[in-house]
Amino acid sequence: MIQLKVNGVARQYSGEAEMPLLWYLRDELQLTGSKFGCGMGLCGACTVHVNGEAARSCLTPMSAAAGKNITTIEGLNPHGTHALQLAWEHVQVPQCGYCQAGQIMQAAALLKQKPKPTDQDIDDAMSGNICRCGTYQRIRQAIKLAAGEKVGSNL
Amino acid sequence: MSDRVQLASRRDFLNGVFSAGALILGARILPAAAPESNEDVSKATWNPSIWIGVNSDGSVILVAHRSEMGTGIRTSLPMVLADEMEADWSRVRVEQALADKKYGSQDTDGSCSIRDFYETMRETGATARTLLLNAAAAQWKAPVNECVAQNHQVIHRPSGRKLGYGELAAPASKQPLPHNSTIELKKAADFRYIGKGVGGIDVKDICTGKAGYGFDAYVPGTLYASVERAPVLGGTLKSFDDSAAKQVKGVQQVVTIDAAKPPYGFQALGGVAVIGDNTWAAAQGRKKLKIEWESGPNAIFQTDSYRQNLIETATKPQKVVRNRGDVEKAFTGAAQTLEATYYTPLLAHAPMEPPAALAWYKDGKVEVWAATQSPADVQDTVARALAIKPEDVICHVTLLGGAFGRKSKPDYVAEASILSKKVGKPIKISWTREEDIRFDYYHSTSAMHFKAGLDASGKPVAWLQRSVFPPIGSTFDASSTYAGDGEMDMGWTDMPFDVPNLRAENGPAKAHVRIGWLRSVANVYHAFGVQCFIDELAAAAKQDPVEYWLAALGESRKLNFENEQAKYANYGKPLKDYPYDTGRLRRVAETVAEKSGWANKRSSKRSVGFAAHRSFLTYAAAVVEVEVTSDGKLRIPRVDLAVDCGPAINPDRVKAQFEGASVFGAGIALLGEVTAADGRVEQGNFNNYQVPRMNDAPIETHVHIVESDALPTGVGEPGVPPMAPAIYNAVFAATGKRLRDLPLKKQKLS
Repeated sequence: MIQLKVNGVARQYSGEAEMPLLWYLRDELQLTGSKFGCGMGLCGACTVHVNGEAARSCLTPMSAAAGKNITTIEGLNPHGTHALQLAWEHVQVPQCGYCQAGQIMQAAALLKQKPKPTDQDIDDAMSGNICRCGTYQRIRQAIKLAAGEKVGSNL
Repeated sequence: MSDRVQLASRRDFLNGVFSAGALILGARILPAAAPESNEDVSKATWNPSIWIGVNSDGSVILVAHRSEMGTGIRTSLPMVLADEMEADWSRVRVEQALADKKYGSQDTDGSCSIRDFYETMRETGATARTLLLNAAAAQWKAPVNECVAQNHQVIHRPSGRKLGYGELAAPASKQPLPHNSTIELKKAADFRYIGKGVGGIDVKDICTGKAGYGFDAYVPGTLYASVERAPVLGGTLKSFDDSAAKQVKGVQQVVTIDAAKPPYGFQALGGVAVIGDNTWAAAQGRKKLKIEWESGPNAIFQTDSYRQNLIETATKPQKVVRNRGDVEKAFTGAAQTLEATYYTPLLAHAPMEPPAALAWYKDGKVEVWAATQSPADVQDTVARALAIKPEDVICHVTLLGGAFGRKSKPDYVAEASILSKKVGKPIKISWTREEDIRFDYYHSTSAMHFKAGLDASGKPVAWLQRSVFPPIGSTFDASSTYAGDGEMDMGWTDMPFDVPNLRAENGPAKAHVRIGWLRSVANVYHAFGVQCFIDELAAAAKQDPVEYWLAALGESRKLNFENEQAKYANYGKPLKDYPYDTGRLRRVAETVAEKSGWANKRSSKRSVGFAAHRSFLTYAAAVVEVEVTSDGKLRIPRVDLAVDCGPAINPDRVKAQFEGASVFGAGIALLGEVTAADGRVEQGNFNNYQVPRMNDAPIETHVHIVESDALPTGVGEPGVPPMAPAIYNAVFAATGKRLRDLPLKKQKLS
């Protein structure tokens, strides 16, 4: 029996210990905000926080989630008003939107470590997260906005 | 205009969305040849296409009938409707339409949603506003010209009385349809949202993880399927052993899907499916399958030798698709001639959300939830697969996690449906990335050969171009080897340069994989060849590339292909309404040159390249700035793109589409390539099928929207074609190397 907390709620899991956390979140808990994109840790669409650190849930076996606090996009902020979520909206980052939960979770972990990231910091932290629509320019803008820099609205 | 709009009862559709007494309006698209009077038209085969409703609480529901894959169309078209009806956007809700022929075409591709539905949305919105005005005037017993509709209410100007749209919904639904002459479209100066834009309606849900994609579809009792398919197209199942697979915890059963036969169309490819309690269990079971495949005739496919064959074909005379003057004669009289051959590889779409669908077959009907660009094709394909009627396929359209053309081919929805019928439970199909890349409908590989003759001043006097590629038609007719007219129209027969002797040809190529359309389709390789070759001519003539390009484009004119043996369908639109206007192409070229500072001096490290191209009736031009380091690495610090799409309806989404095209186009130029050995695709994930990441994408993209009073046209695709040639032209400027094969990652820059 594996015990863990997901978005603050205590959970128990009795299935295969090697099953990736992503499928537990999506198929068992119906928390579908975390996305599948590659299954190999190459695209970042499945990014969640494990004890506050960004992790690829498609590569995190349930055994490694035991005893951990898991935060998904659904639990990043109780009202959906994390500074990054507001910045994403202000800058109108998303196109198809599929990768954006992973982008936001990755960026949230970055800002926790480096509240005022440089362009290089942003590149280093975010280049593991693919956006096929190509919203990188706006992701960069939104991270800077959330970090307190002045950024114009696109609307 | 009222001919095109009619009142509908709320029973007609969308049970439960609208409250009692709601005013509901349906617009019908009037086919051009249909009779004019209402009575005759109602007997004709009109299809209602858009529905709007006003509830008695004042909420306005707009039905989106187009698929949202990231272009913002689920916001932009309802926004047009809201503007014309003077609805307050904050009180608008958008509902996604089910698949239904009454909406007309729901196939969201070809950059056509704004082009085909802008006017209808405006007319429908204006009719709703007129009905609300008439209802208020009747209630006040006042002349309607004393009333004005403004921000969700009607105001009686002399008395200042007001009635909200909610209060007016019921009375307005009893109003007779207004006559054509009484419906006025708003003046551009009065637009509240058109030309200004609103935030995307799905953005908040996306940022909080609530947005629903095909991959997220779920109903209680859902089982999950993972399908092993023949690695070579057309391969068949020889034998399989599923005993180990069935031992895996969570695996329920193993079932087969019959192999598709050519032409493959949208059929499920066939294979062996493991059904499990969750995605993981099904995938684990599938790994334990022992299968022997008969590989079939496509096992001969090797992309290396295939490339050689394409090039050989391209260097011999082929079928003429457009001819002007006499190129051969002009070559002999030219001061100099140049020849060049270009090559572009197969590409995969690789949307971030791989193909996914949920199907639930019950009592001869099937309900599906699918990330699809084309719900009508879902109905037809699934109906054929299950031998039921298309109307017995209920298709819910989810959000699409990217598509780029992949999701207009519903083979994966057919798989889920076949499996649900066999298993008797709701079945979820969610492809892995490897399945997505190995079983795609690939963007075609091409070879293009060019020859030009220049006079003593460097001006082109003869231009021969020959393209060869396996056509999209091969997916639907196995014997098809020549390009379809549609593919030739994409940047080939409509090559715009004003050269007195010109011949365009196309040669045959047999497909060994499924070929399909990808964002901008044949425009991608045709623009690459044409826009790089003109740059070669500029270099040969020792002239500035943009100046040379503008001179070659010639006097501003509307292209006419009639006397040049060319069929030209102009993306299905009449040339009189949407001419190929070289003046507009010139304007985007001049704009991008000016805004990018083309003529300015740069640091010695940086070089620029230029290209311009019209596709899907929209004009686009690019200037790309590159930096090549001494160890041969390339960076793209800046891209400028100019676009003329007529009036920009939602300018921020126009910009967003072009920013995205900059990255997508850079991916095609720098990274994209699918190869095959013995008929098997060799790539499978983002490690070997690379797409741009933040650290290799263009750093800044500046989009310049050119003011235009032409008819509005789409922007989903047209930003892509000029990107790869502009990048390659910039690489030439930086290194002096003329590279002619995509992608750049295979070329040596240092």
